[in-house]
Amino acid sequence: MPVQVLKERNSSKVTSITLGATKEQGGTRTGTITVGGEASLPFLHFEGEMPNKPVIAMEVVDRVPEEWNEELKAAFEGVMDSPAAWAKKSVEEFGADMIFLKLQSADPELGNSSPEKCIETVKSVLAAVGVPLAVVGCGIDEVDNKVIAAVAEACAGENLLLGFATQENYNTIVAACMVHKHTVIAQSPLDINICKQLNILISEMGLPLDKIIIDPSIGGLGYGIEYAYSIGERGRIGTLQGDKMLALPTLGTIGFEAWKAKEANVGIDEFPGWGEQAERGILWEAVTASALLQSGLDILVMRHPEAVKLVRKNIGDLMVPNSL
Amino acid sequence: MEIIGERINGMFKDIKQAIIEKDKTAVQEWAVKQTENGATWLDVNTGASAEDQMAAMKWLITTIQEVVDTPLALDSTNYDIIEEGLKLCKRPALINSCHADRYKIERVFPMAVKYNAKVIGLAMSEESGIPKNAENRVALAMELVAAADEFGLPFEDLYIDPLILPINVAQDHAVEAMETLRQVKLLSDPAPKTVVGLSNVSQRCANRKLINRTMLAMLMACGLDAAIADANDDELMEAAATARVIMNKEIYCDSYVDLFKSKKY
Repeated sequence: MPVQVLKERNSSKVTSITLGATKEQGGTRTGTITVGGEASLPFLHFEGEMPNKPVIAMEVVDRVPEEWNEELKAAFEGVMDSPAAWAKKSVEEFGADMIFLKLQSADPELGNSSPEKCIETVKSVLAAVGVPLAVVGCGIDEVDNKVIAAVAEACAGENLLLGFATQENYNTIVAACMVHKHTVIAQSPLDINICKQLNILISEMGLPLDKIIIDPSIGGLGYGIEYAYSIGERGRIGTLQGDKMLALPTLGTIGFEAWKAKEANVGIDEFPGWGEQAERGILWEAVTASALLQSGLDILVMRHPEAVKLVRKNIGDLMVPNSL
Repeated sequence: MEIIGERINGMFKDIKQAIIEKDKTAVQEWAVKQTENGATWLDVNTGASAEDQMAAMKWLITTIQEVVDTPLALDSTNYDIIEEGLKLCKRPALINSCHADRYKIERVFPMAVKYNAKVIGLAMSEESGIPKNAENRVALAMELVAAADEFGLPFEDLYIDPLILPINVAQDHAVEAMETLRQVKLLSDPAPKTVVGLSNVSQRCANRKLINRTMLAMLMACGLDAAIADANDDELMEAAATARVIMNKEIYCDSYVDLFKSKKY
């Protein structure tokens, strides 16, 4: 029976944004990464082009994250005390497209690292790997405003992806991105209205829209993932209908959310029916990632190398043009 | 929502004076002011009193395009004047307007296709005048839609005007116009666009602005895409922005009014 394939006519697409800068562009990266540009809902290649594949940024923390699951720590054994070595292993051994460096030690209770120390860490990671870098602070506004601003200045021209700008705290980081030519992560709390408003506030300061990556916030599998999905979908539909203030690539902190789940962490002794924890944790992260790929995420921030491997294969399969 | 700024019209004293004296000031001021407040199009009408209407139209177009790049809606009953105007327009223009009479369609639609222009098609003809009910307006709209298909004018480039009359003298017409809008959207796929000359609804009424913006919101709910209106009536623009949010055409954010004015729909 002949079937007519109904195709949506979309009037707009996601803005393409390039991260990192090579020597010629004023930075030191060996290559840049471009994300965004989608002209359809995710992976509907027959409706609109999807010129750039989603990328995986592997998370590196500037202190040994003792609280991480043993399985996770085992994957990075021997390099966790050196962000540079950790990043190098993530790129060379595990194939990370980007590094997502969390300057958690700036937190007064987790090391109280000075901005100078943080700059040193960022520089060491930049020296160790050639891929573009995202750098975020410890999550305390007053601290991050000093640390991220200092990093932005010290790494001027690198086109780092700096975070997080929020509705309550965006001036300093946005100004730093403007002056020192970086891209900002605009983070909103699973709220499409605040997401849009924050993009307006940031662009009103004068940062061009092609310098903003959205972090709409996500929930891990079992912890609000469907809500995160619907926010992503709503944003993409708005984008395709011409909403320029939402037409920006998105980032999701997959590893952080997935590994928070009880289901990723408890041992088989506690729940015999759940199977081995090691495999389960990896799958929890991989499934969270692959589900949210379908909501339109462009940058997946991940932790476990095995989960990364699974998701990379999934992305490869999804990027094959469908014949419809 | 496309707002076609109505202010550059020889019916207004300052524009009339500007045309007579070839003084660009008022024209350019209104071009900028309307654009800054969110006008998607600028209507250009020489008014009936200009001595040489062809020359006045050309002068207005050139004068406006010196200061803004907002596309223009050329408003004249003389199609030779519109054609000369189309040649000067830097961006695809809107022809305002064409009745549903065959001889007018044959003059206007091929011209629109040739200059890549859009057309306001009135749901009235010389013979019928403005029909009393929605049914007859829709029938005339259908003739315009069929003509668009015949002459190769994309349906989305045809703006059907259901015609609205002053509420104080023709109160029964407004509901017919609303019903016409609903039905016009079913005439083709993609549907034609829709437009009204909004300020007409409140001619010689008190509370003009209140009537205008209430009418606009109600018409938008029936499928209105564009209105020839006062783009500098802030409350009107705010009502249009709000109606879009309520109709779920625009995702809400706190700055939605500013966004509506800064962005063109």
